[in-house]
Amino acid sequence: MLSENSIEVRNLTKKFGSFTAVDNISFSITRGEIFGFLGANGAGKSTAMKMLCGLLYPTSGHANVAGFDVVRETEKVKRKIGYMSQRFSLYQDLTARENIRFYAGIYGMSDNDIKTNTKQLLEKLKLSRFADVQIKSFPLGWKQKLAFSVAVFHRPEIVFLDEPTGGVDPVTRREFWEMIYATADRGTTIFVTTHYMDESEYCDRISIMVDGKIEALGSPKALKRDFQVASMDEVFVKLARPTTAKSE
Amino acid sequence: MIHINSISKSYGDVKALDAINIEVSDGEIFGLIGPDGAGKTTLIRILTTLLLPDSGVAKVMNLDVVKEFRHLRKVFGYMPGKFSLYEDLTVEENLQLFASIFGTTIEENYYLIEDIYKQIEPFKKRRAGKLSGGMKQKLALSCAMIHRPEVIFLDEPTTGVDPVSRKEFWQMLKKLKSHGITIFVSTPYMDEASLCDRIALIQNGNIMSINTPENILKNYEGNLYAIATNNKRDLVKDLRKYAHAKSVFLFGSHVHYSEQSGIMDKQGLISYLSRTGHEEIEISKIDPVIEDCFLALMGNKKEIADA
Repeated sequence: MLSENSIEVRNLTKKFGSFTAVDNISFSITRGEIFGFLGANGAGKSTAMKMLCGLLYPTSGHANVAGFDVVRETEKVKRKIGYMSQRFSLYQDLTARENIRFYAGIYGMSDNDIKTNTKQLLEKLKLSRFADVQIKSFPLGWKQKLAFSVAVFHRPEIVFLDEPTGGVDPVTRREFWEMIYATADRGTTIFVTTHYMDESEYCDRISIMVDGKIEALGSPKALKRDFQVASMDEVFVKLARPTTAKSE
Repeated sequence: MIHINSISKSYGDVKALDAINIEVSDGEIFGLIGPDGAGKTTLIRILTTLLLPDSGVAKVMNLDVVKEFRHLRKVFGYMPGKFSLYEDLTVEENLQLFASIFGTTIEENYYLIEDIYKQIEPFKKRRAGKLSGGMKQKLALSCAMIHRPEVIFLDEPTTGVDPVSRKEFWQMLKKLKSHGITIFVSTPYMDEASLCDRIALIQNGNIMSINTPENILKNYEGNLYAIATNNKRDLVKDLRKYAHAKSVFLFGSHVHYSEQSGIMDKQGLISYLSRTGHEEIEISKIDPVIEDCFLALMGNKKEIADA
């Protein structure tokens, strides 16, 4: 059942009325790859991501995630993935331990696994002392690291991260990426969106969406070479606003 | 224009602001730079008379934010972090409402917002709730400026906004500055620091440094190097294990690295990295950026706390 590719997308399209939010996109992501999914606000990133997570049906095209078809085998897809976003992540009025327990239960982990792995996780995050405190009092950085750990707790094949580091302090932001690296090294595929252009450099490959289409796809090095610029920031500007870039 | 003298504010046990002092001159763009939870919004809410400080004094345009709040509310501009216009009024109606609340008309100060408002004018009959994020931001800024305030407070206007729209927003702020308006703006994006005249780096309710961006960079201590190898994923881990390493931080395509002794033994580092399996090793001395300074200042704080 395990193929080389964690995600295969072919001609995926989503229309809302006459508006085409995602316009015939195709790409594939290999197992254990860190894939950055970039684009300006409104480019269609969230819509595409929702389709890959089985939360929204495509108008046409195909997507295969962790070996399952997102339309015909939606529930199987959901069991194979983890998801974390900046806005919706954990329950603020549950404790750290309760949040772990809750999500692990949803993903069908056994009580025994939950118990042993929870202890390990809390130690690794240096949260053992605060395990039974409601997380609403935690600093944002702690919450985001816990949310990520919860999203990969059931060892999903793929984890979707939607702007996981927005607003997080510079030190924690980097610690977060080291956690991502460690998770990818274990074989989990990482699908991540970010507005920090320096973070796009931490990805193995990235795609840039403009008006529903994928306009560039490749390693950061290759993209900088192709666009003949020194930074990903410039690649982004050239693609997202070709007119602005010219007039500047 | 703005005097902040020893302002403190706590929420229960959490010290959101710890005796903050800031002076902002007329016509300056002043940036309050720090992550979520640093205290940025708390400070802006105190300066805009929406929150009472526990102690300290703050004055905006020589008016006390506590004692003279009624008068003060009429004269500053404020763009909150969360979109706070009337979603079921149209673009034009929102602007009219703000103009009439402040006893002015759109026509009277139109010159000030023209550049910004022109971009959303084609949609003036559209309800504000139906606008895209970028357009909402432009409308919010127009509404905050319509009474021609001498000073405007912007609470994270660019958070969650893509890099290109962020650049466009800062161009609008530059324009406002050219009209003589003082701008007090908060942001979590370190790369926006260079667009301000002066900045305060804030973390956990404390100001770590306050200066021009140029001087903050000048005050960075020690030498900084950018390192890249063929094995990006292991580079940070391996550098951290190296005996001479002082700071090791991921930084885009490279790792920013400094050693405990100011001068680096480049050959020593190259042979260490080769031994641990790295190839295509690049090491070059670089000038720090604001984020390097922020990281260094945060590190100092930690060391003091640990000692």
